[in-house]
Amino acid sequence: MKILLITEQREGKWNKVSFETLAAAQQIVQQTKGSLTAVVLGKGVAPLADEIAAYQLDELLLVEHDLLEKYTPDGFSLTLRQVIEFATPDLVLLPHTYQVRDYAPKLAASLGKGMIGDCIHYRYENGKLVFVRQMFQGRTNADVVFAGDAPWIATFQASAFRADLATKHASGKAPVKPVSVHLKPEQIRTKPLELFREAKQAVDLTQAPILISIGRGIKAPENIPMVEKLAKLIGGEICASRPICDEGWLPMDRQIGSSGQTVAPKLYLALGISGAIQHVVGMKGSRTVAAINKDQNAPIFEVADYGIVGDLFEVVPALIEELEKGH
Amino acid sequence: MKIGVCVKQVPAKDAPLAIVDGGAWIRESDIGFETNEPDSFALEESLRLKEKHGGEVVAISMGPDRAKQTIKEALAKGADRGIHIADDQFFKLDPLSSARSIAAAIKDEKFDLLLTGLQSDDQGFGQTGVLLAELLGLPHATIIMQIDIVEGHMKLKRELEAGWFQWVELPLPAVLSIQSGINKPRYATLKGIMAAKKKEIATIHRASLGVADAPTQRIERIYIPQKTKKTEFITGQPKEVAAKLIEKLKHEARVL
Repeated sequence: MKILLITEQREGKWNKVSFETLAAAQQIVQQTKGSLTAVVLGKGVAPLADEIAAYQLDELLLVEHDLLEKYTPDGFSLTLRQVIEFATPDLVLLPHTYQVRDYAPKLAASLGKGMIGDCIHYRYENGKLVFVRQMFQGRTNADVVFAGDAPWIATFQASAFRADLATKHASGKAPVKPVSVHLKPEQIRTKPLELFREAKQAVDLTQAPILISIGRGIKAPENIPMVEKLAKLIGGEICASRPICDEGWLPMDRQIGSSGQTVAPKLYLALGISGAIQHVVGMKGSRTVAAINKDQNAPIFEVADYGIVGDLFEVVPALIEELEKGH
Repeated sequence: MKIGVCVKQVPAKDAPLAIVDGGAWIRESDIGFETNEPDSFALEESLRLKEKHGGEVVAISMGPDRAKQTIKEALAKGADRGIHIADDQFFKLDPLSSARSIAAAIKDEKFDLLLTGLQSDDQGFGQTGVLLAELLGLPHATIIMQIDIVEGHMKLKRELEAGWFQWVELPLPAVLSIQSGINKPRYATLKGIMAAKKKEIATIHRASLGVADAPTQRIERIYIPQKTKKTEFITGQPKEVAAKLIEKLKHEARVL
């Protein structure tokens, strides 16, 4: 299978999920006895191209253009459409980043093709690729296959593959081939302005050894003091999944997950968190995970060392009582 | 300003999911349905834009007959009329075919702005807004946290990863995918619910749109994932499980 890997950088810095997707692409190439071409696009990105050419690839396409200096969905999809037509891959792989989800469906549709996004895994069976992605917020998985002719476009979720498993080039470096694309300023309808961060993060959850995290199961902000009490007794910081911060029940800087912080504490205690992939990617590096959830099929139990299927409004007060007893 | 907003009906968040034999889809017969939560943020944003700039909000939903309930809820919150794209087999559509159907159904509406939620809580492909933009020939932006409209163009705050944001400018008409949490969605008032009864819902049968049956992808099977980590489940009464968990965290995992 002929694979085209689209890497991602912003302002000369890698989005590291690119290397995870590279590892996945190398694995598929090996299984299908195919070939791998990677693409680096932007402006002034030749050093990045050299860096990725040191990995096991057949070829690297370096696509540079003034209009690619800043990301725009029009610029990137028009460019990559030309690259795909030039490289004629069977499968185009991308890391599932916020940027990719912004342009890759457009790119696919402009080619009249579909995209299977946000895959966590794949299987190669009977000469066919089956992509695995989560549905129903992680409560089920789904096997999804392409229909119709190549090229097919798929994206892999962050931490679906290990970047350190990407193999280096056998003979030093893959050939770097510059590819020129046609792009005119009037084709780009988005005007990208400045990048910025909101107010400095008040708490650095990445440094906390113990985190107690709450999800929808907490039901109402009035129930948070109970969890704060537990956090105090146990010496932990309180954090949450996205919906809790969206509701304003906890500040945004206490959000764990793909749009919040990534943490790896000694203990992560998940209360009423279902464990959607967007949350799990932010905490699955935790040393010990304990989860309390009333749904025994909640995906949080996938990553939990200790699980309690039960009502957090009964278990948390019991935990508080037990800890107070010990003092 | 004429605003279209796509709202999807999905299984209720606390609905017990049972998978049909063979794994083609979930068993829909005994569960409740509700408006996809990310779409309620898009609806709220469209109502606020209408309140600020005037105009009309049209709620668009595709699905079986029950999907009309989601349109009715949007009308009760303040949308002016609805478009129901009827299809009993909607769950089988791939993202591109869904978007082609919606695009075909609304192309003559000539919306100034078309809003979608970030993704659906059922299939979660998260592609509809971007695909609609491409199919309708409009510019787009996704993961929007703020919309300022000034003289025919928009200044938008996009969320990027790891706490970063970006301002972008976009002309109108355009398609925007709204990030969850951008606003606080309102509840329908009794007055709104009464008023909604007089509002129009146009039904278009998807089969009549002439969208070719050309799937680009197919869900082969849905299933409960196999566990990858061995979880030790602690059972018993709340007091017992609390004591056991603390004991294990202290002496087995040694993290307390």
